[in-house]
Amino acid sequence: MTNLEKLNKIFCEVFSVEPTALGSDFNKNTVAGWDSVHQLSLTTAVEDEFDILLDVEDILEFTSYDNAKTVLTKYDIVF
Amino acid sequence: MKLLENKVVLITGAGRGIGRVIADQFISDGAIVYANDLNEFEIDGARTICFDVTDSNALKAGLMSIYKAEGRIDCVVNNAAVIANQKLGMVTKQLLEKMYQVNVFAVIDMIQTVSRLMARNGGGNIINMASVTGVVGSPGQVAYSASKGAVIALTKSAAKELAPQGIRVNAIAPGIIKTERFEELYEASGDKIDQRIGRIALGRLGTPQDVAFAAAFLASDRASYISGHILGVDGCATI
Repeated sequence: MTNLEKLNKIFCEVFSVEPTALGSDFNKNTVAGWDSVHQLSLTTAVEDEFDILLDVEDILEFTSYDNAKTVLTKYDIVF
Repeated sequence: MKLLENKVVLITGAGRGIGRVIADQFISDGAIVYANDLNEFEIDGARTICFDVTDSNALKAGLMSIYKAEGRIDCVVNNAAVIANQKLGMVTKQLLEKMYQVNVFAVIDMIQTVSRLMARNGGGNIINMASVTGVVGSPGQVAYSASKGAVIALTKSAAKELAPQGIRVNAIAPGIIKTERFEELYEASGDKIDQRIGRIALGRLGTPQDVAFAAAFLASDRASYISGHILGVDGCATI
C-alpha cells in the first residue's frame, strides 16, 4: 500500500466517506462533523500508521486533506 | 512475578532525591527503567536519558527513542520539579514562570505526548508528583503550592479525559520528606520545621522510600481501578 493509499484509508474510515470524496475541497468547513474529536482520531490514526509523533502545532494544522499531506511531508512521508 | 515485571517506565528528575529512589525501587520491582534528568548521571540497572522536560522537541525525541527501543511505554512518573520557598513580596515573576514551566507546563506536555504512545498499546499509567502544600497550603510556599495545586487539578482532568484510552492518571502528594534538600532547609530553619513535624500524626518525617513505595503501587496492576486519585504520603499530616 502506498503512503497516499494509507492516508486515504484513514480519512475514509474516520469520516465514513468513499475515496472519491477526498480532494482539495475536503476540509473542516466543508465536511459535516469535522470537530476536534474527529481531528484527534485522524491524527492518532496517522501517528499509528506512519509511526510518528506529531507536534501539537501540526495536529492543529490537520484541518483539511491537503493540509494533512503538507504536514506529513515534514515528517519525511512522501506522497 | 515482581510487582512491575517488564513494565517500561520513564521517571523524570531521577538524578537525585525522591526521583532516584523511585527509580531504584522500580528497578527492584522488575521494571525496565528509563531515568531522566537534565545532566549526565548513572543509576545501576537503569537506562539514563538526559533531556530538559521543558523542551518539547527534546521530550518528544526522548519518548520516541524509548518507544522505538521497547515498543511501548507503560508508565511515566512526572517527578522533575522546581522547588523554592519565598514569602509573599519576594516571589519574582521569573521564578514563578520557571516553576510553572517545569512543574505544570512540562507535565501537561508530557501527558499529551506520552498518552498518544500509550494509547497505541491499549493504555498505561501516569503518576504526577504533587505536594501536601497543594492540598492544604503552606506559608512561604504560595508559588510552589500554586504549581502543585495545578498538578492536582490537571491530574483529575487528565484522568477523566484519558480513561477511555485505558490510561490511568494519579498523583502523589508527599508531606515533609527527608531528602538532601530538606536537610539543608532544616539547618536554616530547624525550629519552624520542628513545629511542622509535631503536626504529623504518625510522628515522623517521610522518607523518599515511602514515596517510592506509593509510586510503585500506583504504577502496578494492583492499582488498575484507581485513577484521578491524589495519594497523600504525609504521615496523616493533612488532617
